[in-house]
Amino acid sequence: MKTILKGITKEVVIDTEGPVVIIGECINPTRRRKLVSTLQARDFSYMLELARTQIGSMADVLDVNVGYPGVDDEALLPAAVIALQENFDIPLCLDSPNPKAIEAALKVAKGKCLINSVNAEEASLQKLLPVAREYGAAIIGLVLDDNGITNDPEKRLKIAEKIIERSVRAGIKEEDVIIDPMAMAVSAEPNACRVTLETIKLVHDRLGHNITQGASNISFGLPNRENINNAYMAMSIMYGLTCPIANPEKIAGLVRAADLVLARDEYAIRFIEHYQTTLPS
Amino acid sequence: MTELLERISTCVEFGKVDIKSPYPPAMKDQEGAFELTRHALDDGISPDEILEEALIPAMSRVGQKFSRNEIFVPQMLMAAKAMSSSMSHIKPYYLSGETKRRGTFIIGTVKGDLHDIGKNLVGMMIEGGGWEIIDLGVDVSTEKFIEAAEKHPGAVIGLSALLTTTMENMRKSVAELRQRFPGLKIFVGGAPVTAEFCRKIGADFYSPDPQGAVEYLKTLA
Repeated sequence: MKTILKGITKEVVIDTEGPVVIIGECINPTRRRKLVSTLQARDFSYMLELARTQIGSMADVLDVNVGYPGVDDEALLPAAVIALQENFDIPLCLDSPNPKAIEAALKVAKGKCLINSVNAEEASLQKLLPVAREYGAAIIGLVLDDNGITNDPEKRLKIAEKIIERSVRAGIKEEDVIIDPMAMAVSAEPNACRVTLETIKLVHDRLGHNITQGASNISFGLPNRENINNAYMAMSIMYGLTCPIANPEKIAGLVRAADLVLARDEYAIRFIEHYQTTLPS
Repeated sequence: MTELLERISTCVEFGKVDIKSPYPPAMKDQEGAFELTRHALDDGISPDEILEEALIPAMSRVGQKFSRNEIFVPQMLMAAKAMSSSMSHIKPYYLSGETKRRGTFIIGTVKGDLHDIGKNLVGMMIEGGGWEIIDLGVDVSTEKFIEAAEKHPGAVIGLSALLTTTMENMRKSVAELRQRFPGLKIFVGGAPVTAEFCRKIGADFYSPDPQGAVEYLKTLA
């Protein structure tokens, strides 16, 4: 199954058969105080710098999150989208819990964006699916519903099915629903990553949809976090993760290596391209 | 007598729950916090002594090691589990009024936020500091915080948020709580929260780690 996203002219194809597409996570105020202060002053230079660095590190899509207390995201998210599209031709992933901010951003965005995210709570489905349909956006479906989070992979699969079914009924193309199996920290719950890995496998094998996840936090509360993140990322890709939301500077090399060993990179072209572009000059 | 208390304290610090617990491997087949607390009570050691001389100092060492990155979340959870197994013998004394807690601490993750690890760790450490914990869970509305504060006069309250997007709900809840209960001590915490944000929204205390909250509570009790 293929999900196609578009920048102004550039198309990015997320294919369940790979190779892996990287959605850059860095335009996000968490632990980036400077992003908040510059955005509040309507100064986009730091945000554009984060975009440039990520694109240079092989990001294929950019996640855009400007949520912070005191920030009017219904005004700021569209402004950020305009600034990004004036400078870069790359598809965007609009990241906000506020459906009005998402809609305001979609109104001004060119191309075909990804919405991050819709979940199976009735309120979320009712507010966001019509918006996605109207603006022709793809969506990330987070496997969470009115009962909260389940730790049973079969139940997470059911929630994914529900989001897909409701989306199709709302007029969204099936392939435009990317599932987020919900990664959680392994330090507090020994089964946390296993449950998500099994969900990835179920969604991939039974539904055949593209799969994303933000997985930088699974190593919370432990040392040597990069080792944990890398092991988890490689296993997730093996099971069917196709478009992680992550820091491209940290994971691009690993992702290219994973594609290579899964026979999705003939002549190691992409792997070597990454090696050469990241050589210290 | 002191030796028994020291052993309980060591079991809690290193997460030795009971004799069946295989962790930590070095203490395999030895009695754990559960059995030793029973022995202590049977020997006539008071619940207060067990708390003050074994459990609270053990959890304090755990908190300090965590703050210094010498131990990590899983080890903290092991310690908390060992503490709970010891506390299971002490709880009846709380109910009878023979032993008193230092106070009541209400804790919850704010509306829209489902993250509970940080909140749980802080709750465990504060319980280990001798406080009663009222855990409201995750996705807690302002109304629920208010209800709990009404039900437990004199309690201290702690709000957790992990997302920058839910910090706004933290601000709203704190503002409402402050207006209703002017003297209420309000703690805030979570990855995106800072001392500056704490000040700005009118909360009383912020700490980047659980031990900071435990230490500050000592100055209140």
